[in-house]
Amino acid sequence: MIIESALLQRNADFRQTVEAGGYFIKTVRRGQTLRILDLEGNQAADTLFYNAGDITEHYSAADTIREQGNVYLSAGSTLLSNLSRPMLEITADTCGRHDTLGGACATESNTVRYALDKRCMHACRDSWMLAIAEHPEYGIQKRDIAHNINFFMNVPVTSDGGLTFEDGISAPGKYVEMQALMDIIALVSNCPQLNNPCNGYNPTPIELLVWS
Amino acid sequence: MSTDILYDYTLPPASHWSLRVKRGLSIRFTDIGGGANLGLLFFNPENLLERYNAPDTLKCQHTFKLTRGNCLYSDMGHIFCSITEDDLGWHETVCGNINASQVAAKWGNLGYQQSHNDWTQNGHDSFLVEMTKYGLGPRDMPANLNIFSKVVADEQGNLGLDENHSPAGASVTLRFEMDTLVIMHTCPHPLSQAAEYPRAPVRCEFFKSVPVSNDDYCMNFRPENQRGFANNRLYHLGSEAPAGGV
Repeated sequence: MIIESALLQRNADFRQTVEAGGYFIKTVRRGQTLRILDLEGNQAADTLFYNAGDITEHYSAADTIREQGNVYLSAGSTLLSNLSRPMLEITADTCGRHDTLGGACATESNTVRYALDKRCMHACRDSWMLAIAEHPEYGIQKRDIAHNINFFMNVPVTSDGGLTFEDGISAPGKYVEMQALMDIIALVSNCPQLNNPCNGYNPTPIELLVWS
Repeated sequence: MSTDILYDYTLPPASHWSLRVKRGLSIRFTDIGGGANLGLLFFNPENLLERYNAPDTLKCQHTFKLTRGNCLYSDMGHIFCSITEDDLGWHETVCGNINASQVAAKWGNLGYQQSHNDWTQNGHDSFLVEMTKYGLGPRDMPANLNIFSKVVADEQGNLGLDENHSPAGASVTLRFEMDTLVIMHTCPHPLSQAAEYPRAPVRCEFFKSVPVSNDDYCMNFRPENQRGFANNRLYHLGSEAPAGGV
């Protein structure tokens, strides 16, 4: 569902550009709005959320899609935790559909998906490993790396049980916006994948904005 | 050719169990009375941080459903087990578990005090009980498999459970490709709309696998699975190297 935001970029309290292959980690307070902006289009933002007060509670793809009865995320979706509690609500979305089935790329899964000799290409889960290693203050460990959201990624499920990775439906300037329903930590990998169309084979920057 | 059953146990309805399964063993799960749901999770007993990964399993094989030929992957690019036989053609791995409040809302809450082991146990608590035995907690629970359960998505992505998917006697066999900690429960599927709390036992028969050959159906089901088996081969080179040195 396409819903545009009334928030103006110039009024944002926080703005940060994240280059492709980089990561973002930040606490977002309850009531604040987080926007992820696809600056150049066709970029995947692999995103995890944690309860800032208890990082053992994290975004749960299974709880979220089960409770909304739908595999895609868009405006109106409530993002639930592994305790089935609401963490954020998507309040605006100019893209229309986001994936939470496909998970994040990893060097290990790249060997399976593409070729054994593609092991040492940069991957989202490596970005997360670096993020939690460089930011021990959040207390997030490898065990907490759960199944993520792929904002801007298009992974259609077919009625006969197929799953395909298609060229993104995002475009320059498209964004998704969500309001935090509890204090949360957002951990984002700006996807460096070069082997499939999730980034249009050309990973590009994203911007993260926060309004109070 | 008969298969020697090494162990035969029927997991009662609304129950949970866990055990370490060695590489080279297979388990045939049978839905004795029809309408079963078997929740499954896998961990590497040598490294509990390595666990079943539903997204990797689905995307590596370009599938939403799981059936014969599919391999079930860890987050580290290894294959825990392969689906070598399947009467049903579809098992799901995206809906997670039912929890206590959902059970109470659907069917009322029969606690242990009044109902003893006929209580309305739920999949979330069942997994937690078993996982805690190995030092694992709620933060460690990935998306699980729901064997015997078919969930479809329409063009808009709306999910629906096929309530009549698994007939009495339907079976599915998993062949373990590495040592695996198996966590399981027989609690109802979270999307079940059954009038009564569903109670369905699952028979678990253990037998020695036929060795994997180069023309193995699962290994050749997709080119990705050939590479998954190659990753397992490397993993086993590491674990089988002679002790000592340095």
